[in-house]
Amino acid sequence: MECCYEKKLVCVSCPMGCRLTVTVCGDNINVTGNTCKRGEVYGKNEVTDPRRMICSTARIEGGVHPVVPVKTDKPIPEKLKFKCMDVINSLNLKSPVVAGDVVAANILDTDVNIVVTRNM
Amino acid sequence: MNFDLVVVGGGPAGMAAALEAYKNGIKSIAIVERDVEPGGILQQCIHNGFGLHVFKEELTGPEYAQRFINMTKDTEIKYFLDTIVLDIAQDKTLTVMNSKQGIFELKAKAIVLAMGCRERTRSGIGIAGDRPSGVFTAGAAQRYINIEGQMVGKKVIILGSGDIGMIMARRIVLEGGQVIAVVARSSFPKGLTRNVVQCLDHYNIPMWYSHNIVGIYGKERVEKVVVAECDKKTKAVIPGTEKEYECDTVLLSVGLIPENELSRQVGIKIDRKTSGPVVTESMETSMEGVFACGNVVHVHDLVDFVTEESRKAGKNAALYIKGEITKNSQPNVFKVTGGLSYAVPHMFRPENLGDKFDILMRVDRVFGKCWLVVTEGGKELGRYKKPFLTPGEMIKLTVPSSIFNGMAGKEIGITVEPEEEK
Amino acid sequence: MYDIAIIGAGVVGAAIARELSRYQLKLIVVDKGNDVCAGTSKANSSIVHAGYDPEPGTLMAKLNSEGNPMFDKLAQELSVPFNRCGSFVVAFTDEQVETLKVLLERGKKNGIPGLEIVDVKKLLEKEPAASPEARAALYAPTAGVVDPMLLTTALMENAVMNGADYKLNYKVDSIDKTAEGYKINSASGPVEAKCVINAAGVYSDIIHNMVAAPDFTITPKIGQYFLLDKSENDKIQSVLFPCPDKNGKGILVARSVHGNVILGPTSDVDQDRDDTGTTDEALNRVRQGCSKLVPTITTRNCIRNFAGMRAEPSTGDFIIREVKDAPKFIDVAGIKSPGLSAAPAIALYVVDIVKNCGIKLEPKKDFNPIVKRTVFMNLSPAEQAALVKKDPRYGRIICRCERITEGEIVEEIHRPIPAVTLDAIKRRCRPGMGRCQGGFCGPKVHEILARELGCEWKDIVLDKKGSYILTGKTK
Repeated sequence: MECCYEKKLVCVSCPMGCRLTVTVCGDNINVTGNTCKRGEVYGKNEVTDPRRMICSTARIEGGVHPVVPVKTDKPIPEKLKFKCMDVINSLNLKSPVVAGDVVAANILDTDVNIVVTRNM
Repeated sequence: MNFDLVVVGGGPAGMAAALEAYKNGIKSIAIVERDVEPGGILQQCIHNGFGLHVFKEELTGPEYAQRFINMTKDTEIKYFLDTIVLDIAQDKTLTVMNSKQGIFELKAKAIVLAMGCRERTRSGIGIAGDRPSGVFTAGAAQRYINIEGQMVGKKVIILGSGDIGMIMARRIVLEGGQVIAVVARSSFPKGLTRNVVQCLDHYNIPMWYSHNIVGIYGKERVEKVVVAECDKKTKAVIPGTEKEYECDTVLLSVGLIPENELSRQVGIKIDRKTSGPVVTESMETSMEGVFACGNVVHVHDLVDFVTEESRKAGKNAALYIKGEITKNSQPNVFKVTGGLSYAVPHMFRPENLGDKFDILMRVDRVFGKCWLVVTEGGKELGRYKKPFLTPGEMIKLTVPSSIFNGMAGKEIGITVEPEEEK
Repeated sequence: MYDIAIIGAGVVGAAIARELSRYQLKLIVVDKGNDVCAGTSKANSSIVHAGYDPEPGTLMAKLNSEGNPMFDKLAQELSVPFNRCGSFVVAFTDEQVETLKVLLERGKKNGIPGLEIVDVKKLLEKEPAASPEARAALYAPTAGVVDPMLLTTALMENAVMNGADYKLNYKVDSIDKTAEGYKINSASGPVEAKCVINAAGVYSDIIHNMVAAPDFTITPKIGQYFLLDKSENDKIQSVLFPCPDKNGKGILVARSVHGNVILGPTSDVDQDRDDTGTTDEALNRVRQGCSKLVPTITTRNCIRNFAGMRAEPSTGDFIIREVKDAPKFIDVAGIKSPGLSAAPAIALYVVDIVKNCGIKLEPKKDFNPIVKRTVFMNLSPAEQAALVKKDPRYGRIICRCERITEGEIVEEIHRPIPAVTLDAIKRRCRPGMGRCQGGFCGPKVHEILARELGCEWKDIVLDKKGSYILTGKTK
C-alpha cells in the first residue's frame, strides 16, 4: 500500500495567490487549484525539493555601515536555511565591495553562492 | 545656488523622478537627501521581491537602489547628502542645511517632493500599560538590524499584519531570535500574500487573525504582553479572552503615514484619505511647479509602482520647466465609492494623458471576483474585471484615455461591483 | 560629611538645591532614578497655576502666590521655555458659576492679580474652540505653562555648576541619627550630612518614617494624560479647566509651552508608587472630560500617552517643616499641585527653615545664576552660521520632527548633569518628542550616545537602569 498525503499551499509565483492542493502518492504528484503552469511547477517543487532565497547581512570592515546586505544568488534547499545563515555569519568582509561580488562560493555543497547586494 | 529642478528625497522615488527629468532634457538637477547616502528606505529592505515589473528580475531593495544610484552617477545630477530641507518658499526657494555649509538656499524652477513616509507609533494606536524599553516600530528595528548590525531582542511578538511586520518576523528568526506570533486585528492580512507565505508559513511563525495586543508590561524592559481576541466585524476586544505572553520585545507594524510636514508647511493641499498631496495626472500638487511622487503621495506596496509614478513626476517637471505643460481645461475629479478608499491621481486633464491612463487605488475591504466600474453622471464609461481585490495590494487600473473624450471638467465615479451580490 | 543632603532631584529638590548652592555649604542631592526629574516632575500638566485655587491661609496658597511671579526671571536665568498664557476655569451650570465666584474671592484673598469672571463671549474671543455651552469663566491672566523637565534639569545643573554634588541610582534604605547629624544608607554607599531635606515626592512619608514617628501619610495618586500633535493646537491657546471638585482641579486642556496639546489628568489612588502605566479606561475618562471643554478636540493625533504619580498628603496641605523629633531633618512633603508653581517659593521657604535650624548661611561671592543651552533653531542666521563653522555638528539635523541638531545632542551628553540615556536626551532637547516618537532619530541618537560615551550600543538604556534597547551585535 503506497503512502499518500495531501498538502495545501498558496502559490507565490504571481500576485494571484492561487490556493493549491498537492496530492502525493509515491512518485505520483498531482496539483489542483492552479490557474497556470507556474502554479503546477511551484506545487510540485514544494513537495519534492522546496528551496528558499536567503537574504541577510554580513560583517564588513571599512564600509559606511558595519554590515553589508547579502543574498544567496539562487534558492537553496529549504532544510539548509539555518546552515546557510551560519555561513553568512562567519564572513568577515572588507570594503570596497560591489553589488554582485561573490563572497562565498558553492556553499554547503550546493552550487549556490553568497553575493553582496550593494556597493560599500 | 540655482537649479532647474530640485528633488527632495534621494530614495527610489526621488532618483527615478530626477533621472526622468534628465532624460527629458533638464541637466541642472539637485537631489537633497537627509541620510548619508541615497537609496532611501530600500537600503534597509534587504529582502527580495523588488523589480519584477521594472527590471523583469527579482531584486533585493539595495540592489534596486544600486541600479538607480549607478544611473544617477552617470549624469550631472548633483547630490546634497546629509542635508535636510527646512522650508520651501512660495517662489520655490528651498532653505536647506548640512554640516559642511550650514544653512543655505537652493533656488529651483520646479520641485519634486519625494520624502517617503514614516511609521505609526504605539501612541498612535494607544496600547495601554507600562513604558518599558523593547517596544519598536518594525522599521526602526529593521534599521537597527540591517544597517547598524544590532539585534533588538530575543523573544519577540509582532503587532500588525503589514508587510514590514512579516518581513521582520522572518528576519528575527534568521538572526537567531524567537517570534511568538504576528498578531493582527483584521481577519485578513494587510500586507502581500507572498509575505504571509514566504515569511510566516515557511518559517512556522503563526499569524493570529482577529487578535490585538491590549497591554504591554515590564518594569525596565518588556516582560510580557496581553493579547485578546477581537470581534471579527467590529474589531472590538472581546472581554474575557485576554491571555498573557512572556516576551522581551514588541514590534509594531501598524501603518505608514506619508511624511508631509514640509508640504503642509508650504501650504500644499493634502488629501485626507491618503494623507498626501492632492495631485493631477502630471503628479503636480496644488502649488504650481511642485510635483510629488512615491510614498509621500500615498503608501505603496511595490517599489515598481513608485518608479513608474515618479517617472511621470520627473517627466512633467521637465515639461513644466520647458513651459510645455498645458492647463487649458477644467480637470476631471475622481469620486470613489463602493469600498474604494481613494484614487491617485485625484484629478486629471484628458489632454495631458497619453493613450493609456494608470489609476492607482486601494480598497478598504476584501472583494472576490468583481468589476471596477468607471462612470460619468449615470453613464458607464468602462467596466474592468478583477479576480480579487484586497487592501494590502494596491490596484493599478489602466484605462484607455479615450473613454474620457468630451467630458471636460466632469466628475468621474469609480466603484467596485462585486460579481455576486451577497 | 556634607552640610546638607537633599533626598529627591525632582523640581522641588532641584529648586532647593539651587537656592542652597548660593551659600558656602557642602551640598549633595541624591535620587533613586537613573536621571534627575525621574518622578512626578516629568509627568505632569506643566502648568504654573495663578493661585486662586488653594484655601487662603494654607502653605499651598502662600507658596503658589509667591512662586508664580518668580517664573519670568527664573525661566530667563535658566533658559527654560515659559509662557504666561493665562487660564480659564469654565462653568456650565448655575451652580458652577457660583463656584467661580468662590474661586474669585479665594483668589483675591490669596493676593492673585488680574482675576475676573468673564462671559462666554469673552471666553470664545480668546479660546474660539471652547464649548459655546459655557456660561462663564474665571480668567486668570497670570497662569502659565513651562517645560517642567527642562526646568528641573536646569535647576539641578545650576546647583552642580555652583558646587553641589549629586548621586543618581541612589535608593535610600534607612537613615541613622548620628552625633553630627544623619547617616543615609543605601546599597550605593552611605551619605553623611548635618542636615537632611526630604523632598522625596511620593516616597516622602516613607523617608520621614525612617527618622521620626509617622505623623502624616502620602496617598499616591496616578494621573494619566494625552500629548497631542502640534497640528491640534489651533483648538487651544492657553489653559482650560473645568470647575474643580473634591478630587482636584479636574481634567484640563492646555497648550504646552512647545505648542503641543496636553489633555488630562485623571486622579486615581494607586498604591504602586512607581507606576507610570496607562489604562484604556482612564484615558477614556480624559477624552470625555476634554470634549466637554473643547468639543472638537480629538485624540486621533495623539503622539504620546503618559502617566505620573502625585503625592497626596493626609493633612491636605504642603508639609514643610523641621521635624520635631529629628533636628535639622526637614520634610518637604505632600507637594502635589500646585507644587510646580510653588517650587521657587518653596525653595526660599526651606532656606529660611535651614537658617532657623542653626545652619550658617554664608553667601558665595561667585554664585552664577545663569544656565545657557543652545537651541539651534532659536538662534539668528548669523549666530547659526558662526556656530556651524565652529562645530559642523550643529549643521546636521538629527531629529527631523523637532529640528534638533547633532551639536545640541552632543552638548547634552557633556553638560554638568550629563544626559546618558535616550529619554534623558529627549527630556532635555526633545528628539523623540515629535510625531515620529523617535522612530527616525532613535537609532541616530543611540549612535551619538555610544560614540560620545565610548561604550557599546547595547549598553545604552532607554531610561531606567536595566531598560536596555539592544541585545548586542548581530554578527
